[in-house]
Formats: sequence, structure tokens, C-alpha cells
Amino acid sequence: MYLKHIFKIAYLLLISSFFYSCDKQSTDSETTSNVSNLPVADKDNGGIELPTGFGAVTVAESVGKARHLTVDNNGNIYIKLRKLENDKGVIVLADTTGDGKFDVKSGFADYVGTGVHLYNGYLYVSSDTSVYRYKLENSLVPEGAVPETIVSGFPTQRSHEAKSLAFDNAGHMYVNVGAPSNACMETARTPGSPGLDPCPQLEFQAGIWQFDANKPNQVHQVDGHRYATGIRNSVALEWNTSANSLYAVQHGRDQLSNLFSEFYNDEQSAELPSEEFLKISDGDDFGWPYCYYDHFQDKKILAPEYGGDGKKTGRCENVVPPILTFPAHWAPNDLLFYTGDMFPEKYKNGAFIAFHGSWNRGPYAQKGYSVVFVPFKDGMPSGEWEQFATGFAGADSVMSTSDAKHRPMGLAQGPDGSIYISDSVEGKIWRVLYYDEKLASLD
Amino acid sequence: MNKIYFVFAFCAWGLISCGGSSSDSSTTETVAETKPTQEEPKEEKPQVHPGMGIYKTYCQVCHQANGEGVPGMNPPLTQTEYVLGEKERIIGIVLNGLSGEIQVKGETYNNVMASHSFLTDQQIANVLSFVRSSFGNDADAVTPEEVAAVRASSGN
Ligand code: HEC
Repeated sequence: MYLKHIFKIAYLLLISSFFYSCDKQSTDSETTSNVSNLPVADKDNGGIELPTGFGAVTVAESVGKARHLTVDNNGNIYIKLRKLENDKGVIVLADTTGDGKFDVKSGFADYVGTGVHLYNGYLYVSSDTSVYRYKLENSLVPEGAVPETIVSGFPTQRSHEAKSLAFDNAGHMYVNVGAPSNACMETARTPGSPGLDPCPQLEFQAGIWQFDANKPNQVHQVDGHRYATGIRNSVALEWNTSANSLYAVQHGRDQLSNLFSEFYNDEQSAELPSEEFLKISDGDDFGWPYCYYDHFQDKKILAPEYGGDGKKTGRCENVVPPILTFPAHWAPNDLLFYTGDMFPEKYKNGAFIAFHGSWNRGPYAQKGYSVVFVPFKDGMPSGEWEQFATGFAGADSVMSTSDAKHRPMGLAQGPDGSIYISDSVEGKIWRVLYYDEKLASLD
Repeated sequence: MNKIYFVFAFCAWGLISCGGSSSDSSTTETVAETKPTQEEPKEEKPQVHPGMGIYKTYCQVCHQANGEGVPGMNPPLTQTEYVLGEKERIIGIVLNGLSGEIQVKGETYNNVMASHSFLTDQQIANVLSFVRSSFGNDADAVTPEEVAAVRASSGN
């Protein structure tokens, strides 16, 4: 105890002397000039809370119902929308004056969707049934550009329809094709209904499909390779270059107590199952709809639609487990591996995950609505996950999803290493910057 | 003595200033609120609507505690055309479920709601009466007979 105090005091002295010396020679020190080049953070960080040393600038508000976004080398932002704004499904923002506020807005694409991704001089954009690409000219999508269709023919589905995209370094594109149901019940979402066995939805859905990123006019069911199966829905999908592997974060099933009240009470239904962080190799099967992960028992459990009772593991024993789990129903909607130089060392190659926030934890409070960080080493989590950005909901307690003022949806890294976060409710876009410990300690 | 005087003066000031500011809205509200209790107790609403429990168990997960639904996924039940409209239609939605593209309050939904025909006529009448009189809705109740009639005609 006593020793600890001495350490604390010594530490404080060390830090303060460091700041003192910095202050004295600050005029030309590199850190200070870097920091002063950054746009000034909003006083309230645009309404979100961040770790010490970080700040956020609201770069735009009300762009529409934003889904994923991406930022090009010039700092222009492309945002995909779930609902057309002035007949446009992709919004482009540019900061022409360099003050951090984005002053130019244009748009293109007459379809809604989720995915938007830059790859090899093209902008890839997905609707819920196709993937298109636009050739960039002078690093912009030219006005009136007609896209090439890369893949079409994804099944029309009424839930989990988002086609999120990822690209590896070998010319492949990966597309999430979510399950068209909660748990492949014979009669959808009906109490006690058994699951279809085998589940026919697995043939062309509930997995990740791999395509040639450069070949036009592919058709999902003809040209696609089912890279991984048994994934209910993974809007959060990303290729990790340093690990040379695909990763996803899965939305777990819901309504355990509504559908199987003999095995689950409402509290269990709110806390189960885990949202699963998956490292994906070609051919992996993660078990949906037969299995779900229970982070209290630390194993895959047999789903009640298939004879499970909340404890039995049955056919789930050899199913590939997650590399990390998150609380139930938080709705992971984007994944970003940080490769920038702006943030402190611990963030390098680590994962940021945007949780859209739950709707299916009732009668308990809804949760999630945040961006978390997971440190990584050698392609695997190297520590516990932690909250990175919070406060999006703008309320201490969210009982109904519509109580949340903002819901974090998409993540993108800018050329300078700052990260961008999109909001699906009002279309607010934040840019998160790291200033430094010194600046943070001054305010 | 002095102190007491001061307290009195303070209270009086408080009363005056309160009275002054409330003359517009809050007085009328108070009158409106107290009226029913002054009359007969039969006007008192039951504390818990018989349909509320069913709503919580079977509908709330999707349509949420405040009836506002989930953006882009599950439509709201707040003053929607479906909720306030013809009773046959809303009874049919609960009995048979609903899927395909619909417009609710200017937003498009294209999702699946399962059939809830496993609920009894009484339960469906209760939950729909609850929905039609909650979340700012003010429409008349649904009776078990009305549910039975729709069930008979749809074979559920
Ligand atoms: C599994 C989620 C789910 C549950 C549980 C559910 N609904 Fe729905 N409900 C929906 C969806 C989704 C739609 C829209 C379907 C579509 O897109 O065609 C809908 C539509 C409706 C509509 C018509 C549209 C509107 O919003 O006015 C009504 C009324 C309704 N539901 C009432 C109920 C009631 C009452 C219950 C409980 C008995 C219930 N729902 C349970 C998901 C659900």
C-alpha cells in the first residue's frame, strides 16, 4: 500500500517534470506542431466520450440514414445510405478548406444498401442484392459514372440483408450473406417451432461468400465460393492485412425466452447468446442455426430449436469457437483494424468494433451503442476489450431503441490515422483524433 | 419572533409567485386532473391494462416498450394507419402475421412478423385494446367476438 503511494508520487513528479520541459521548448517540438495542425476538437467531442488524449470533431450532421463509410487518400468521405437522400444512395463529403469541417456534399447511386469500400482504384458499393464498382478518376467518382456490376443475384431477403464487403491482398472480395431468419425455425419466430434440419438456408445464405474482386457480372449462386458457413449475420466484416486473415463479428440469435420460455427466462434471453468475434479460415463452420455461444458456460450450446435446453452441447462440440465474445444483442455493425500512426502504440493492429446497440433485450434496458477496442497481437486478441467511444445514445438508460439519439454504425480510417464513425439515426459523422497526453492534461 | 415573521413573509412570497406563474396552464390541468376523482370512482382506469402483460411478453421485443419500433426493422405502433384503422385488418395482422413491403408513417418496412394465432381470442382482444389505447393512441377496444370472427374467416 505504502509503496504504491511512493510510486504514484514518483510517477506524478516524473510526468510533471516531463510536461515542464516540454512547455519550455514547445515552440518547435515535433509533437506540438503535429497537434496544432490537427483540427480543433469540438468542446463536447460532438457529444461522445473518449479516452484521455483523444478528441472528436463533428465533420457533418444529418447526411441521412448512414451505413458503412470509407475515406480516400485525400480525406474525402464516402457514406452509404439505407434510405435515398435527394435520390442518392452514396453521399460524398469533402473538406476543401482544411478546417476539419466538411463543406462539399455530393452524391450518386440510385440504390440503398450497406457496403462501401475502396480497392485498387475503384469504389465498391453494395445494394442488398448486388455489388457494383465505380472507377475513380483523379481519385473521385466522376459525375454520371455508370457502375460495373461485379456480383448480382443475392437472394432478396427481409432480414439480415446487409451486404458488407471486405477485400484481401490476392484479388478476392468477401461478402456477408446473412441468414434470412432468426434460427431457421419451421415457422419463423413462433414459440416452440422446431428448426429445419438440415437448415436449407445454409446453402446460399448464413455465411461469407468469396468472389473475384475484378471480374464483372458474376452471379452469387454460380460464381461465388462459400468461404465460411454457419454465421447468422456479420455486418462487421474485415480483412486483416497483418494477420492475412478474414475476421467478422456475428449478431447472435434472439428471443430465447419468447420462443422457449420453458428453458429461458427474460433475463437469460437478454444476456444470451454472445456476440461472437470470429477469425475465419476457408471452410469454417460456426454452427448457426444449430448452435450458439454462451459466454457464461464458455462453450457452444445446442439451440432449443434443435433439442437444446440451455445446457446440452450435442452436435456443437466441434464447432469453431469465437476468439472473443461480447455481451448479447449489442449488434456489432462494423470492424476496423487500426493501421494508422496517429493513435498510441497500443492501438496498432488492434480492432475497433462499432456496436449499433440492442433492440432485443426487453424488458431490460437496451445496451451497446458504443465503439469498443480490442488489443491484438499476432492476429489474436491480446487482452480484454474496452470501451473506446461511448455516449452516442445521449441517455443514461435506453429502454426502447428509439430513445437512442445516435447509433454508431460504420467505421473508417483516414489517411492521417484518425478514425471516422457514422450514425444511422441522424447521419452525424465524427472524426476521432489523438492529440496527446499533454494537451489532454491542460484542459 | 423576527425569524418567524421572516419565514411567513417568505412563504407568502412563494405562494404569490407560484400562483402567478401557474395561472395559465397548470391550474387548468389540476382542475382537469382532479375532476374524475371528485365524481365517481368508476371513471378510474384499472392500474394495469389486461393487455399490457401480453404486449410485454409477445410484442414488446420488436415494437419496443414505447411502441416506437426499431428504425428500419420493426414499424411503430404509435398513431399508425394500421393500429387506428379497421379492426379486422389489425386483428388479421396478429392472427396471420405480416410480411412484404409496407409503408408506416412515411418509412418503408420490409420484414416478417410471425403469426400469433396461438394467442386466445381474449388475449388478442386485450393486447389490441391495449395497443389502441396506449402510445398516444385513442381508438376503441377490440372484443374477443371480433377476433373470433376474423379467425373463423381466415381459418386460423
Ligand atoms: C418478431 C418481431 C415482432 C413481434 C414479436 C411482433 N411484431 Fe408486429 N410487426 C413486426 C414487423 C417486422 C412488422 C412489419 C412487417 C412487414 O414489414 O411487412 C410488424 C407489423 C405490425 C403491425 C402493422 C404495422 C404498424 O406498425 O402499424 C401491427 C399493428 C403490429 N405489428 C402489431 C403487433 C402486435 C400487437 C404484436 C404482439 C401480439 C406484434 N406486432 C408482435 C414485428 C413484430
